[in-house]
Amino acid sequence: MLDATAQAGLVGPGALPRGRSLDAFVTTAVWLGAGLIVAVFFWIVGDVFVHGVGGLSWSFLIDSPTHAGRGGGIGPIIVSTGLILTVCMAVSVPLGVGAGAWLAEFCPSTSLLGASVRRSLDMLAGVPSIVFGLFGNAFFCVYLGMGFSILSGGLTLACMVLPILIRSVEQGFGSVPGEHRRSAAALGMTRARTLAHVLLPAATPGLMAGLVLGIGRAMAETAALIFTSGYVDRMPQSLADSGRAMSVHIYDLSMNVAGGEPNAYTTALVLVASLLVINGATSAIGQRWLCGRSRG
Amino acid sequence: MSDKVLAWALRACGIVSGAVVLLIMFFLMQESLPALQRLGLARFFTDASWHPAADASQGRFNITAMVSGTLLTTAGAVLLAAPLGVVSAVFSHYYAPPRVARVHRRLIELLAGIPSVVYGFWGLVSLVPLLNALHPPGQSLLAGIVVLAIMILPTVALLSDAALANVPRSYLDGAAALGLTRWRTVWGVALPAARSGLFTGVLLATARAVGETMAVLMVCGNVVRLPGSVFDPVRTLTANIALEMAYAMGDHRSALFVSGLTLMGLVVLLVAAAGVFSRERVYA
Amino acid sequence: MTTHMNTTLLTERKTAAAMHRSASNVSPGPVRGCAAIRVENLSLEYNGKPAFTGVSMAFTQNRITAIIGPSGCGKTSFLTCLNRLTDLVPRCRVTGRVTIGQTEVYAPETDAVSLRRRVGMIFQKPSPFPLSIRKNIELPLRDHGVRKKKHLEQTVETALRDVGLWSEVKDRLNSPATTLSGGQQQRLCLARALALEPEVLLLDEPCSSLDPVSSGVVEDLIVSLSGRFTIVMVTHNLAQAKRIAHDVAVFWMHDNAGQLIETGPCGDVFNNPSQPITAAYINGSRG
Repeated sequence: MLDATAQAGLVGPGALPRGRSLDAFVTTAVWLGAGLIVAVFFWIVGDVFVHGVGGLSWSFLIDSPTHAGRGGGIGPIIVSTGLILTVCMAVSVPLGVGAGAWLAEFCPSTSLLGASVRRSLDMLAGVPSIVFGLFGNAFFCVYLGMGFSILSGGLTLACMVLPILIRSVEQGFGSVPGEHRRSAAALGMTRARTLAHVLLPAATPGLMAGLVLGIGRAMAETAALIFTSGYVDRMPQSLADSGRAMSVHIYDLSMNVAGGEPNAYTTALVLVASLLVINGATSAIGQRWLCGRSRG
Repeated sequence: MSDKVLAWALRACGIVSGAVVLLIMFFLMQESLPALQRLGLARFFTDASWHPAADASQGRFNITAMVSGTLLTTAGAVLLAAPLGVVSAVFSHYYAPPRVARVHRRLIELLAGIPSVVYGFWGLVSLVPLLNALHPPGQSLLAGIVVLAIMILPTVALLSDAALANVPRSYLDGAAALGLTRWRTVWGVALPAARSGLFTGVLLATARAVGETMAVLMVCGNVVRLPGSVFDPVRTLTANIALEMAYAMGDHRSALFVSGLTLMGLVVLLVAAAGVFSRERVYA
Repeated sequence: MTTHMNTTLLTERKTAAAMHRSASNVSPGPVRGCAAIRVENLSLEYNGKPAFTGVSMAFTQNRITAIIGPSGCGKTSFLTCLNRLTDLVPRCRVTGRVTIGQTEVYAPETDAVSLRRRVGMIFQKPSPFPLSIRKNIELPLRDHGVRKKKHLEQTVETALRDVGLWSEVKDRLNSPATTLSGGQQQRLCLARALALEPEVLLLDEPCSSLDPVSSGVVEDLIVSLSGRFTIVMVTHNLAQAKRIAHDVAVFWMHDNAGQLIETGPCGDVFNNPSQPITAAYINGSRG
């Protein structure tokens, strides 16, 4: 594994001092590189916070937008975002848990069908979000006749988060020790009951982590929603209404509405803060999971 | 009995999930078909310009400028983000004290969770004015490259981090026993040992850059023209779809689906290549 | 201590058995002394590679049979054939015939789930479910249609008394089973199997991952259970086999596959082995 550079460093008599000064130089460079990344992170988050926090108030969170979003709040937009997420999760979670359980517990490792499903999920995970938008528009809005609606948007996002969920579920089941399956079988338990009462509880932390990751991904999405759930910023009356997600609101205010920036900043702050909370929840769950496993 | 029912129900879930990607491809192809039939592939590159119309015979459909926009922003972003991402992973593995490394990783994870629309918005209101002061108009290829690089940086950094974590301890101990300096250990031993993992990370980051819409849409200026310098505005394939989908009809709409299909093909290829290199399952 | 436990166990066992019969119908076992398990020309292959071949033997009702032999000669694989746990292993092929009581184990009409209910199994590593102590015992019972709360409680208590765990855990039945010590976990696994009132117990090196004290407790427990169940036990510990087994079966590697080379009453095999290999194995491990 040692390449020429490393070996050259060993033989030359002058190598050591030169190596030392190079080493010091590289150390500085690496610290600077890492510092740059940290600086950019604080620049972005700080910028959003500093400019957004001024507009943040209770009424901003519940009021309707006025003047194309320049004034008022984002009440209906938060409701629409919530509804889109609900539709997305209501569809993708049962499907994802079922598919994950099948791949992890029922599908033999030699199964061709299992391998093809895994392969196509890998592909699905790589599909760009704008392509999900095109597909959602063509399939849900036009072909199934749902139009620009919260339903179309939620279903499109469901397709998008499916691979994330399935992977987490599979990993959750994979982390359950094989002895539990063997013991359950030796006790004459059916596979259905083993799955429901032994494996599912043991895999729950993995499922939760996947759920939270999926929610985070769905909430951050914009491009897939522009042509599926649409732009309408009124309070949605039903799932068949068009509804504007927070991310779409930020896009619209910054690109299409002159003077929309202050409210775009505040919306971005609300969105980033929610995502940070969700992200924190993920790592807390992960941590508890690890603790639980080392104890058991 | 219930075991059989359950097994079938779960298998159905699996098949439905696996079929989603086929459904997507089917609809993309179906919607692309009219344009492909009436325009043919050649006109996407030989037409005089991009002035689409609902009727193929009346519009001009040259997408070269958008393709080069996508390629240029992606290439620039990857050139910027790949070294920096690897440096970040090297930092947290071999240079930072454990506590600093932990905080650094958390920050990178948080960076990965920020929505692309927020990156785009930040680019538009913070970065573009700076570039504008340097060389107007500000909304430019360079702005796109920088924002995209920041966006894909966490992908490279996190996957490189995982790759370095898999370098066998014995290699590093061996290097230490030979009295190699830290940098020589990293450059000569750790990075070569982890190279397939690093390459996978860069490929997946490239896939992410190619498919990214919002960030480039908001900072690149979206003028359909081959850029003369990094300060000129460009329009990417993804931005083109996002901008025109709202009013596109007929063959124009179909042409947008063709560009979507192209994007999907490109990304699937990149993901598949990454899968070959990592020999593991990859999810972006 | 042991004799005292034995008598209380027997009385409790009667009530538990009576209750059980009322709840579901268990076919009464065959008469004492006859063969409870009959194995004819049994062979097992993993991926086309034989684990053991051509094993024929009978296990007598209500006696402890120890299976001994060097590592890798198919003892554990043989054990898993008796309750069809081999079904869980992909690309594993079993040929030959196994009869437990009146049941043809590998007949197509035999339901593996209800078979395993009659044939309990304990593994080398204690493997309680990551649930409470009570749930560990209740879960398989519920799976077999025992729903009445009173009955469940009674069975849990009886099973835990059977393995001498009741006094140790009766105040913390709802705490996780993973908080028990290794020996306690193994006894819980045994209780979990006993609660189903099996006819046969398969023990795969049940003491080998336990410390000497817990190992002694579990060993005493196995002795106290003999006479109630047909017990088949794989062990590496020849001293243990000699101490507690009634019959002994010796497996050996021949042509890269395990084979049964000798069976007989414990005293005969240890003191007067018919095969020179057996003698060498027993003496070798003694010296």
